[in-house]
Amino acid sequence: MRERLTAAVRGRNTDYVEIRVEENDSTRLLFRGKDLEDVARTVNLGGCVRALVKGSWGFASFNDLGSLEEMVDLAIQQARLNPAGDNALARVEPVVDTVPLQLVRDPREVPLAEKVRLFAEYNRIILGHSPAIQTTQVGYGDSYRKVTLATSEGTYVEQEGMQIRGVLAAMARDGARIEQAHEIATSRNDFGAVEGLEDKAGRAAARAVSLLTAQAAKGGEYTVILDPRLAGVFAHEAFGHLSEADHVYENDKLREIMVLGRKFGGDFLNIADGADLPAHRGSYKYDDEGVPSEITPLIKDGVLVGRLHSRETAAKMGERVTGNARAVNYRFRPIVRMTNTYIEQGSVPFQEMLADVKEGIYAKDMYGGETAMEMFTFSSEEAFMIRNGRLAEPLRGVLLSGNVFTTLANIDAVGNDLSFEGGGSCGKGEQSNLPVGIGSPHIRIQKCVVGGR
Amino acid sequence: MPTTDIEEVLALAARQAEEAEVYSVRVEDTPVSFEANKLKILQTRRISGLSLRLIKNGRVGFTASTKPEPAADLVDRALAVAEFGAEAKFSLPSSGVVREVPGYDPLVEGLELDAMIELGQRLIEKLRAYNPAILCGASIGRYVSTMELLNSRGGSVGEHKTVLSASLGGNLIEGTSMLDVWESDASCLASLDFDATVQRVIDQFEMAKTTGSLPTGELPVIFVPKAFAETLLSPLIVAFNGKTVQQGASPLKGRLGEQVFDPRLSIYDDGTLPYAPRSGPTDDEGVPSRRTPLVENGVAKNFYYDLQTAGLVGAESTGNGFRSLESLPGPSTTNTVVAEGDTSLADMIADVKEGLIVYQVMGAWAGNLLAGDFSANVHLGYKIENGQLAGRVKDTMIAGNVYEAFKERLQALGDKAEWVGGSTKLPPVYFRALSVATKQ
Repeated sequence: MRERLTAAVRGRNTDYVEIRVEENDSTRLLFRGKDLEDVARTVNLGGCVRALVKGSWGFASFNDLGSLEEMVDLAIQQARLNPAGDNALARVEPVVDTVPLQLVRDPREVPLAEKVRLFAEYNRIILGHSPAIQTTQVGYGDSYRKVTLATSEGTYVEQEGMQIRGVLAAMARDGARIEQAHEIATSRNDFGAVEGLEDKAGRAAARAVSLLTAQAAKGGEYTVILDPRLAGVFAHEAFGHLSEADHVYENDKLREIMVLGRKFGGDFLNIADGADLPAHRGSYKYDDEGVPSEITPLIKDGVLVGRLHSRETAAKMGERVTGNARAVNYRFRPIVRMTNTYIEQGSVPFQEMLADVKEGIYAKDMYGGETAMEMFTFSSEEAFMIRNGRLAEPLRGVLLSGNVFTTLANIDAVGNDLSFEGGGSCGKGEQSNLPVGIGSPHIRIQKCVVGGR
Repeated sequence: MPTTDIEEVLALAARQAEEAEVYSVRVEDTPVSFEANKLKILQTRRISGLSLRLIKNGRVGFTASTKPEPAADLVDRALAVAEFGAEAKFSLPSSGVVREVPGYDPLVEGLELDAMIELGQRLIEKLRAYNPAILCGASIGRYVSTMELLNSRGGSVGEHKTVLSASLGGNLIEGTSMLDVWESDASCLASLDFDATVQRVIDQFEMAKTTGSLPTGELPVIFVPKAFAETLLSPLIVAFNGKTVQQGASPLKGRLGEQVFDPRLSIYDDGTLPYAPRSGPTDDEGVPSRRTPLVENGVAKNFYYDLQTAGLVGAESTGNGFRSLESLPGPSTTNTVVAEGDTSLADMIADVKEGLIVYQVMGAWAGNLLAGDFSANVHLGYKIENGQLAGRVKDTMIAGNVYEAFKERLQALGDKAEWVGGSTKLPPVYFRALSVATKQ
């Protein structure tokens, strides 16, 4: 394979050519209600070629590896159809490396029968929790992936990776009222992470049932405290996406707004992103351009100090590469993506944060999030009113929304309980379901718009 | 390199299982993308792969592959998981009379890259001619697919389809105020109306030139077709999904035949509309496509089903079994069509003293869809004052419940339905009052 790939990228009379070949092997199962609805094993083999010719890009992806050389020609030919390109790549040292799997417990060695038995038990716990439980979605998946990258600059990297994920979702019903709650467990290296989730199953069920009697929040502006899982989503949605240099590098106006050195928040606010964290959901050694991963400070002491780059955006902005070029799979080109995005440890204990709030909302547990430039929206699974410094009546999930610039400035407390417990999947443009990590301590935001009825 | 022979896979699987089905797709997807006013990248994606579903000892086994491999490997994998699979509640359809639903245009397949580049450039030039300060992006996509479905009961379906798609948008920044507008359209035919897409984008930029503010409270709200589709359709689509019904999670379970909505509301799932990208002669299980009333004159009429889910509840498949290469079929809509009402959009606007018209939302997925709740951030919406548009509103959220809104609060449905994104066709809708929350 190595000989064939390196031969295919060599001597092509281009600025740059890269080939990625990906193999994966995935197992999944899903219980819905009392039945095991889906159990499957899928295998994938595919590749892609990206070519830069006189500053213009061409790209071709394929499943038939027999057509590899033809697809290199096609990518180059497509690049030549655009005579007006001004793209370039930041210089990096070529890398030759092999990154093998390092597993604590390999999920591929666990018999399917064992996985089914384990998740059937979690499913049984949720279903048996209360007569109000209407149905469940209890699923497991593991996915082995091997990506080989060969470039005309001499980089040749083989990286293996594993993603393991369990989802325990409960749905409770009372007449026309239906509520959902879920818990997840993820790991990069250990099947053990999805064992012993009985308590989580119970928590998901209990939360779904308790949401049945919760009131909806009244829409309006509130002081809001976010738990670590939700604050991580906030860091990802509200700020992370704007830190992706491909939004900025060809947009002069946005570049002025996102100028390094600008003050965005209080001195106690620090946000970073990086794949160079051991075994987190968004971790890796090299990105899909073969650039080594690192930790990139984005906001330090409230000041914008960095952003996330691919080789292309780094070249155009004259900044350092950060190892954030990722492709969701071989069908797509690498673009600037987050890896593990987190708000760093602060100093305010949760109880203290709460004590100052006369009337506010404590929002917990991620439901989802979305962003469009400076506007963001994300939602919690459950919430509580805060009255006179104490947690009061439970609320249904709330939708929080705002403008990133005013909202970052309105963060007035960062907790001392940093946790990376969350972690999800991110979509950008046509590339969805990219594994990302998120982390944060509790944070408090003044004057946040909450939607409700 | 060897390729996997689907007839061989089927024959081998049929010998070892009660029933078997091979689903095979070949796709060539060619998007031409423009960023920051310029051609960014030309791409070609050639996807090919197949999946095998079988029934062994009454249980479903499934595997998918994009890797050339011996038929026996696929069959072994599917048999291995069948031991744990769901109990099969269906028989695969044998070949029957299938009506023609056109979805192929040789003009799309024959579209040259040069022509696509030119087209994209023309759209961007038009938008820049309107306002050169807009930073424009566009994508023109040519998609050609071949689907083959064979099963051990003699069922055999082949479908050859083309889709031409266009999306166009831009970004305008003044101070720290940003405006991002995108519109898209898709059709199986080459005769897509690109100028209409450009015009929709320009209209948004024009309307957003001024800003307005609304109080928090209950206000009249109009949704244009795109916002209707993004905000209000998902809770309904979920509730009519046979899977949701079978799980007991649909608020409509056991309520077919009931007057659930205002009598002016009718919604159809129609997989037979010619040249719509989600139409076809059959679904992805070989069941013929049809037009299924979901709501007719406000009465809940039918749920939509695939084979297995229908079998579980003792219903018939409605030809709504759809799948991706790697997934089992499940109930999914084809084209969703909402019947027109009798009020023009202009009359709706003229009727509002103080209210909101919504063009685009964010976060609509975040509501409790199963309960019928919707809750969204108004990404593009305008204040209406004394029957006139009065500026873009920001930091505004809307919320409500589709069952309550379409029963108690429906003021009018528009007299002109529009295609949105090539798969839904619906008119504007006007509610007397919905909850609006704004930043003061």
